[in-house]
Amino acid sequence: MLSKRIIVCLDVREGKTTKGVRFVDNVDIGDPVDMAREYYEQGVDELVFYDITASAEKRDIIIDVVDAVARNIFIPFSVGGGIRTLDDMYRVLNAGAEKVSVNSAAVVNHGIIKEGAERFGNQCIVLGMDAKRVPKTDVIPSGYEVWINGGRTAMGMDAIQWARRAEGLGAGEICLNSIDADGTNDGYELVLTRLISEAVSIPVIASGGAGKPEHLRDVFEKSGADAALIASMVHYGRYTISGIKSVLAKEGIPVREYTG
Amino acid sequence: MIAIIDYRAGNLKSVERAVSHLGHDCVITSDATVIGAAGRVIFPGVGAGASAMDSIVRSGLDEVIRTEIAGGKPFLGICLGAQIILSETEEGPGVRCLDIIPGVARRFPPQVRKVPHIGWNAVAPVQDHPLFSGIDPRAQFYFVHSYFPVPTSDNHVVAVTDYEASFPSVIGRGNVIAAQFHPEKSGKSGLQLLENFCRWDGRW
Repeated sequence: MLSKRIIVCLDVREGKTTKGVRFVDNVDIGDPVDMAREYYEQGVDELVFYDITASAEKRDIIIDVVDAVARNIFIPFSVGGGIRTLDDMYRVLNAGAEKVSVNSAAVVNHGIIKEGAERFGNQCIVLGMDAKRVPKTDVIPSGYEVWINGGRTAMGMDAIQWARRAEGLGAGEICLNSIDADGTNDGYELVLTRLISEAVSIPVIASGGAGKPEHLRDVFEKSGADAALIASMVHYGRYTISGIKSVLAKEGIPVREYTG
Repeated sequence: MIAIIDYRAGNLKSVERAVSHLGHDCVITSDATVIGAAGRVIFPGVGAGASAMDSIVRSGLDEVIRTEIAGGKPFLGICLGAQIILSETEEGPGVRCLDIIPGVARRFPPQVRKVPHIGWNAVAPVQDHPLFSGIDPRAQFYFVHSYFPVPTSDNHVVAVTDYEASFPSVIGRGNVIAAQFHPEKSGKSGLQLLENFCRWDGRW
């Protein structure tokens, strides 16, 4: 049986892992390569490196990080943040990433999903989506709207419709982040995740709100997510990957427990 | 030396990195002479079966591959490499594949709701094979695919995986072995499997 995946997200700024709320007040919490290796040893199923480097001249640092990670860990990982062109995609994939995640750029330019999927394969292209609960309208019938630029700009697009459109354009997976749940540690947005998961036939990665293992259980059991993204739960040592998986296994969720 | 066959399909560097990490010399190449001089061959690939076959035939690599396999060299197919060693693929109706193991690459049927099959899954050997030496039965491997190999003969099915229904995930015939999953992305068990291949004499 296919296991539910646990994916750890590392925000990387100028080559250091950072943690902040809404891209402000970020503090460095470690070296991304060392952290990746530690999570690999703990048995994480996949990693995401999200590049939040602001200055253009320092953006190449992420390529060095990707290259170093690829030489040291042998599980899939994706890179997101600032992916705007096919050339950006090529550079991170060529450095050893399994997948690239496109978010704001894809909302503005749908073609990047299609072109990326055609050139690198659908399995390489993850659509990152930030969605926020809003009153239901004719334009936003699901009551969940797509936002971009790290949750600063509302796009007037319905999240469900965008998910379906992105699947049609060739996205291989959707990483769905709830702006409402993000940073709360109160659990994933189960309704949104279920709506998206039912609307598409590609895997959905739930993101935003994880604070304890039971939150992962809930998102797997109640919303049909295929994978769950976590960050602060493990970055500060409150939980380990193996500890989380052991809780999920006891609850009957299929996870990859044996990791050698 | 291990030759990793380059036919412009997908991420060959991750295979190269994993094999190098294990301490084995390897080279990504499409040169028949280099492939001929190698002690073993890895045939990886992600992407579309029909265009991959087109690229292989146009570069003459189909004959190179057949020659090396006929010579008894240990040969490992990965992902797409496990599909186009069959006779044909549903991904490109009418396209002749390498026909090294008789069979067809089939797409997951419509009743399987989530395609591609992406993620970690168990691989259950149905026959003994040196590739699985020392691999824990609880080990899982990383899959990303919409098509899977179906050999005509069950004798060529080495291991199976369950995704709503059971499908062949490792197939083999003599000195040819092929995995639908990505050992190079499957953590320590994947590395063990690659190491087993690097030590295999090609006899089965």
